[in-house]
Amino acid sequence: MILAAIQPAVAEPGLFVQLIVIFLAAAFTENILLARFLGMCSFLAISRQMKTSLGLGFAVVFVTTFTAAINWLLHTYVMVPLHIEFLELIVFIVVIAAFVQLVEMVIERFSPSLYFSLGIFLPLITVNCAILGVSLFMLNKEDFGFLHSLVFGFGSGIGWLVAIVLMAGIREQIKEDKIPAGLRGSGITLIITGIIALAFVAFSGMIK
Amino acid sequence: MMTFLIAVGSLVAICGILALLLVIADRYLNDYGICKLIINKGSREEDVEGGSTLLNSLNSAGVFIPSACGGQGSCGLCKLKVHSGAPPVLPTEEPHLSPEEVSEHVRLCCQLKVHEDMELEIPEELFNIREFEGTVESLTDLNHDIKRLRVALPEGEELDIIPGQYVQIETPAYKKTPEPVYRAYSIATDPHDKTHIDLVIRLVPGGICTTFVFEHMEPGQPIKLNGPYGDFRLTDTEKEMIFIAGGSGMAPFLSMLAHMRNENIQRKVTYFFGARAKRDLICLDEMKAFEEALPNFKFVPCLSEPMPDDNWDGDTGLVTDVMKQHCPDLSNMEAYLCGSPGMCDASVVALTGNGMPEENIFFDKFS
Repeated sequence: MILAAIQPAVAEPGLFVQLIVIFLAAAFTENILLARFLGMCSFLAISRQMKTSLGLGFAVVFVTTFTAAINWLLHTYVMVPLHIEFLELIVFIVVIAAFVQLVEMVIERFSPSLYFSLGIFLPLITVNCAILGVSLFMLNKEDFGFLHSLVFGFGSGIGWLVAIVLMAGIREQIKEDKIPAGLRGSGITLIITGIIALAFVAFSGMIK
Repeated sequence: MMTFLIAVGSLVAICGILALLLVIADRYLNDYGICKLIINKGSREEDVEGGSTLLNSLNSAGVFIPSACGGQGSCGLCKLKVHSGAPPVLPTEEPHLSPEEVSEHVRLCCQLKVHEDMELEIPEELFNIREFEGTVESLTDLNHDIKRLRVALPEGEELDIIPGQYVQIETPAYKKTPEPVYRAYSIATDPHDKTHIDLVIRLVPGGICTTFVFEHMEPGQPIKLNGPYGDFRLTDTEKEMIFIAGGSGMAPFLSMLAHMRNENIQRKVTYFFGARAKRDLICLDEMKAFEEALPNFKFVPCLSEPMPDDNWDGDTGLVTDVMKQHCPDLSNMEAYLCGSPGMCDASVVALTGNGMPEENIFFDKFS
């Protein structure tokens, strides 16, 4: 009886449940960094300190959320009707680059303290392949609407933030440890990333 | 064909809309209006256009702040006290500022943007720094990769220098740089000659400025420079001195030795010049002339890897080792170093190893 009551909800979840599932999937089981290994360059370079990792992480959340939404609008209402989907890569890159510039200007103007704490990391986001990855993966989900894309972008950004903050915490802890000379820096960071990625594999299967 | 036209048109339209959006945003968001720079408690005030870096704003107001890296935030020379109008210390400034400097509001002015009125403290001597448009008078080969550049100042202009100071020369935009960049070089001029600036420039493979000097500069060409900067100079003591510098690091010592000759300063000084082989030595005749004019001056060239046909009978080995052999006790001497950070650091280790107190060591590190 109870199973029968739950069954329809599982088969056809409401919008809110759908959005929660999309968020959890994007942030954990399909973590853009730990499951897809995208955005590794800035992840390795900036994950030395918690403060800077948080700054870059939040900037990535902001940019993935809005570029995913803008790119979904462009794709759905411009590129699909005009049958120019083959241009999606170039359009997405241009949108991301312009959006990062715009975000930089807005933050500089209205929140100088945030701008100066993020300052050098903001332009890095443009060349972060994770951002482009989010927009491209979004297209693989056929039944995604605007809200789904927005949440997918947000969840992916949160996933990236979680990954870099985890790594920064670990790197701060192992700073004083004796690590073999050849493994110091990127070497040990990549190994730890692999171990964290394995731990994240445990999440897969929880949400389909 | 239709698809192609639609694709191109759409792409152009999307890029155009984004560009328009950015232009409008830039027009309204980056407009900080006119900001006031209040210098030294109001003794000087400059109105500058907001939005640019403090370094560029001061330059445009005719106040030249030393910056050997041209505003990249890597040399750490453009330090100023900023009492108000600046954000908290930026991550790019942190490596160049000690905790004491941070507590005294010292900032790197190439990293700060002028968004509002600012109160600044600028050392008075920096107001003496001027910008000139000189003329390349000559370019002379000193060896296979070092040239002496002689610049004539504009007619009627004179520049007082303290031996050891440096100037910044401007490399105009050319194939290696889309915009003009400044690089710092020690002045090698006899301080009596106030109408010329001599620089000793070694070719750095791939270097923006040195490539320009070696490949594109010709006598008669105009050249922009500003200065003089720096506090590397001889002390007023009577202590015996050691100079250590190879290659183009010789520049400030040419000026210092000329000053000693002009002023008849009889302090004892030994100059250790390190080079790989004989072909790397420079200014041997000038050094001989200084040895004749200054009885207490000795020039000691040493080669680390002399070639068989050099027929070298002078000192061999690293310049630091040769110095240590010549001067076993340095406890009451002063040292002056000019060269790469590696050379300066190695020399400091060698000098302190033979008993020289660290406060007696002065250097001009290439950045």
